[in-house]
Amino acid sequence: MTDPIIQAQQVEKYYAQSKDARILVIAPTDLAIYPGEIVALLGPSGSGKSTLLRMLSGLSRPSAGKVLWHGKDLDSAEINVSIVFQSFALFPWLTVLENVEAPLKARGMDAPHRYRRSLKILDTVGLDGFEAAYPKELSGGMRQRVGFARALVVEPEVLFMDEPFSALDVLTADNLRSELLELWQKKTIPTKAIFLVTHNIEEAVLLADRIIVLGRNPGHVRTDFKVSLAHPRERKNQAFTALVDYIYKVLTKPDVVPTEVPVLADGRRVRDQRQMRYEMLPHARPGGIAGLLELIIDLGGRTDIYRLADELAFEIDDLFPIVEAAQLLGFLKVEEGDAAITPEGKAYAESEILKQKELFRKAAIDHVLLLRQITRALANKSDHSVPEEFFLDMLDEQFSDEECRNQLETAINWGRYAELFDWDDARRRFMLHVHEGEDGGEGPADEVTEGPREQEKAG
Amino acid sequence: MRPRLTLSRAFVMERTWPFFIDLSVAAGLLAGFYAILWIAKFWFSSAIPEVEIYRSPAHLPLYAFYSVVRIFVAYALSLVFAIAYGYTAAYNKRLESLLIATLDILQSIPVLSFLPGVMLAMMSLFPSRQLGIEFGAILLIFTGEVWNMAFSFYTSLKSIPRELMEATAINRFSRWQRLFQLELPFAAIGLVWNSIVSVANGWFFLMVCEMFPVGSRNFRLPGLGSYLQTAAAHGDFMAVTWGLITMVLIVVITDQLLWRPLIAWSDKFKFETVESGDRVTSPVLDALRNSSVLGIINRYTFRPVAERFYMEAAARRKRRKPKPVGGESKRGSIAIYVVTGAVLLVVVGIAAFRALLLLKGIHGSEFLRLLGGAGLTLLRVNAALLIGSLWTIPVGVAIGFNPRFSHIAQPVAQIAASFPATALFPLILVALMRVGVGLGVGSVVLMLLAAQWYILFNVIAGAQAIPSELREVATLFRFRDVQRWTTVILPGIFPFLITGLITASGGAWNASIVAEYFQLKGRALSTLGLGAQISTASTDGNYPVLLAATMIMALIVVTINRLVWRPLYHLAETKYRLE
Repeated sequence: MTDPIIQAQQVEKYYAQSKDARILVIAPTDLAIYPGEIVALLGPSGSGKSTLLRMLSGLSRPSAGKVLWHGKDLDSAEINVSIVFQSFALFPWLTVLENVEAPLKARGMDAPHRYRRSLKILDTVGLDGFEAAYPKELSGGMRQRVGFARALVVEPEVLFMDEPFSALDVLTADNLRSELLELWQKKTIPTKAIFLVTHNIEEAVLLADRIIVLGRNPGHVRTDFKVSLAHPRERKNQAFTALVDYIYKVLTKPDVVPTEVPVLADGRRVRDQRQMRYEMLPHARPGGIAGLLELIIDLGGRTDIYRLADELAFEIDDLFPIVEAAQLLGFLKVEEGDAAITPEGKAYAESEILKQKELFRKAAIDHVLLLRQITRALANKSDHSVPEEFFLDMLDEQFSDEECRNQLETAINWGRYAELFDWDDARRRFMLHVHEGEDGGEGPADEVTEGPREQEKAG
Repeated sequence: MRPRLTLSRAFVMERTWPFFIDLSVAAGLLAGFYAILWIAKFWFSSAIPEVEIYRSPAHLPLYAFYSVVRIFVAYALSLVFAIAYGYTAAYNKRLESLLIATLDILQSIPVLSFLPGVMLAMMSLFPSRQLGIEFGAILLIFTGEVWNMAFSFYTSLKSIPRELMEATAINRFSRWQRLFQLELPFAAIGLVWNSIVSVANGWFFLMVCEMFPVGSRNFRLPGLGSYLQTAAAHGDFMAVTWGLITMVLIVVITDQLLWRPLIAWSDKFKFETVESGDRVTSPVLDALRNSSVLGIINRYTFRPVAERFYMEAAARRKRRKPKPVGGESKRGSIAIYVVTGAVLLVVVGIAAFRALLLLKGIHGSEFLRLLGGAGLTLLRVNAALLIGSLWTIPVGVAIGFNPRFSHIAQPVAQIAASFPATALFPLILVALMRVGVGLGVGSVVLMLLAAQWYILFNVIAGAQAIPSELREVATLFRFRDVQRWTTVILPGIFPFLITGLITASGGAWNASIVAEYFQLKGRALSTLGLGAQISTASTDGNYPVLLAATMIMALIVVTINRLVWRPLYHLAETKYRLE
């Protein structure tokens, strides 16, 4: 076997939270990139895909472990990499040509050479004639072409791509993907390996020679396998769909908890979120959960998650939180990549709005510790009001600062919908919900605000 | 029809204009060269602390020229300082909070409090040359121009999107390349708008910085400010009128020749993904862009220099290894930080202690007088803000809701905002004295003059930002006037109103120093107030009182900012944001 270009040895990433707790983002991971392959890194949000990419490309340092470049430490090695960014990261005040020339300028190449090489690469990516345009004059697809040109102009040994197609519409993304594949296969570009981060399963199967699937909390490798389908790959092909289905199964299978908890050199323990009291709330809206359950009922009460994603044209980052939320609330059972509705779920989906809220309230209290704690605290306090810090303090032993906020936001969203409590956003306080006689009028009003948002998301 | 029209016009432009444009650019360059010679000759002449000011309009162009040079030298210094300060604050985690807190306090210290120290230091640095006095005045103007620019640059740096920073890191940009290709362009728009504010502030203080006593010595520099003061003191209204006309001319010319081209040019630095339709146009900028002289100069001087620069930077970088974004600094530097930190702490501690010892010389009764003065000035500032809001809110909303009117009012307003209120002070004071109004009330009028425009412009902008749907709802449901104001208009303009009030409050505090104490016709007019106390202390060289009064003012301003404006601003940003 050939030697790897980049090799990560037991790299991990954690953030110091308080004195004796650190939040582990990426568990110790081994990973290698070999010449001649396109590696796709696939995983749900929160699995640390981008963090891993930044550690491998030398943009950020691992908290522990080593990244080797041709066997040498990344710090002392002369590395030649590029990144294509999700947001393109072009300089809006530079023309297309100036944007592409900038990395060469940084390397001290003289003007005539720089100009010739930039023009050549612009020609290669199909931007001939756009040299003098500014990025804002271009469409999204054209802009990402500039992003590719800027990344390729330095002839990187490894090309990193951080969800490069996810900001583009479906057709443009398809077009750009196949052009990239063509450049790669015809060896028009001297790049030896491509490392692609994505949350689009089909995209990974379309492009990659090897797929690494990450799990989350903390990020860790769940599976790492080769894809030997011949190019061009067809989405309707039997082998293709089988592979996509397999990845869905891997992603929905319950994760096994690793037995040993890593202990740091200074004796502190790294906390693993799966051993915590709080379950991680998936960031889904109640309206989305109801919509998903209704769709599953229409599909006969049991369906393939892959089919579900296809039906909704959702990517896994859109679909998984909703599926997980329904699962957490006991409305849905997931096994072997299949989702089956439970009797509670069926009752919930088919009830009218007030009854629905009641069922949601019951499920939330039964299954979500955080919501249970909030309602209990509100009932016990004499003024029936609790500031958010109180719960943030409890959560932050377990989640990063940002995730704490997200957790609380989702809890507020659910709790408000279920009429478990009220939330005063200006004062950042939870208040006890007052049930009055004509309180029922509030229900539909809530739904009105909920509806359009969901539509927006689906559209 | 339109494209053809523009095409034909562009064509004419191409055929006939370059020659004239090049001619005027060449003339401009020559004139600049001569101006530098002239200024150098004046600065290096022997020092005359008290220049005689002639009231004949024939001297005005030269006076105006001296003042303009002062303003823009101070501005250039501010720009360099602001960039260096903002850069350090944004990238040095250890110093960040310290630097920002310092900025907050410095912003609240009135310019005149710096005056005696700066003046005496400069005089002793260049005892026999005009340069000393000049630099003193320039440094004073600098203290009035610099803080908001430093703040703007810092905030811009902090808001650069992460992926852009990563793009510069992965492509191994040198610090200079990152500065020129990412940081400066990203901050450009904020810097341009703050430059306009800064230069307006500069003119405001120039009017007082050109003519002032320190202790037993009198200083008078030739300039527009001293001309206006002298003219007013002699009751020469012809001369005052000529001076004001010159001031208006300068403001209009600066706006047309500098700010409009700059705003139009900075449009390309807008961090936007789609092109917006509405933009500022500037014929001057078009002319400069079409000039072949400038093109040639660019091609043969700036570009080769920049090339050399980048090659050099790349070569230097090759010798060092690339660092990851936000990487921790090396161990060795921590020791240096600790040592310099400790030394600084001791020095600052001793100096602060000495300064506090100065305060011992002040009697208890003096302190009480200062506190009383502070109370009175606080009242005046708030009275000025209240009166200002009372008339500007209805007028501003009326202008903002009427597109035709605001189309005319906007450019006029922009120029009016640049006009220094202090230029009018002598005139208004004379008028007030004629009517028999004392400075106690009159100073409120002066503060109002300095502060009300900020509220007006922000209210106009706020009224324009209210979506027409909201106004239509109010009409549809037949809201009565009170309801219309309380549910649509006031909440709609709230964020803008707060921004305007914050700026206006700063302006009013600054103005208090000039408004409560004024030298006119050889005698000092003054009223009880903190501003007057600072002015008198500065004039008499009474440093303990100057220090105490300045501390009180800074304390009040910072406290009000923290306790009143910041929460209100937060409220405006969260609850009243129109998205």
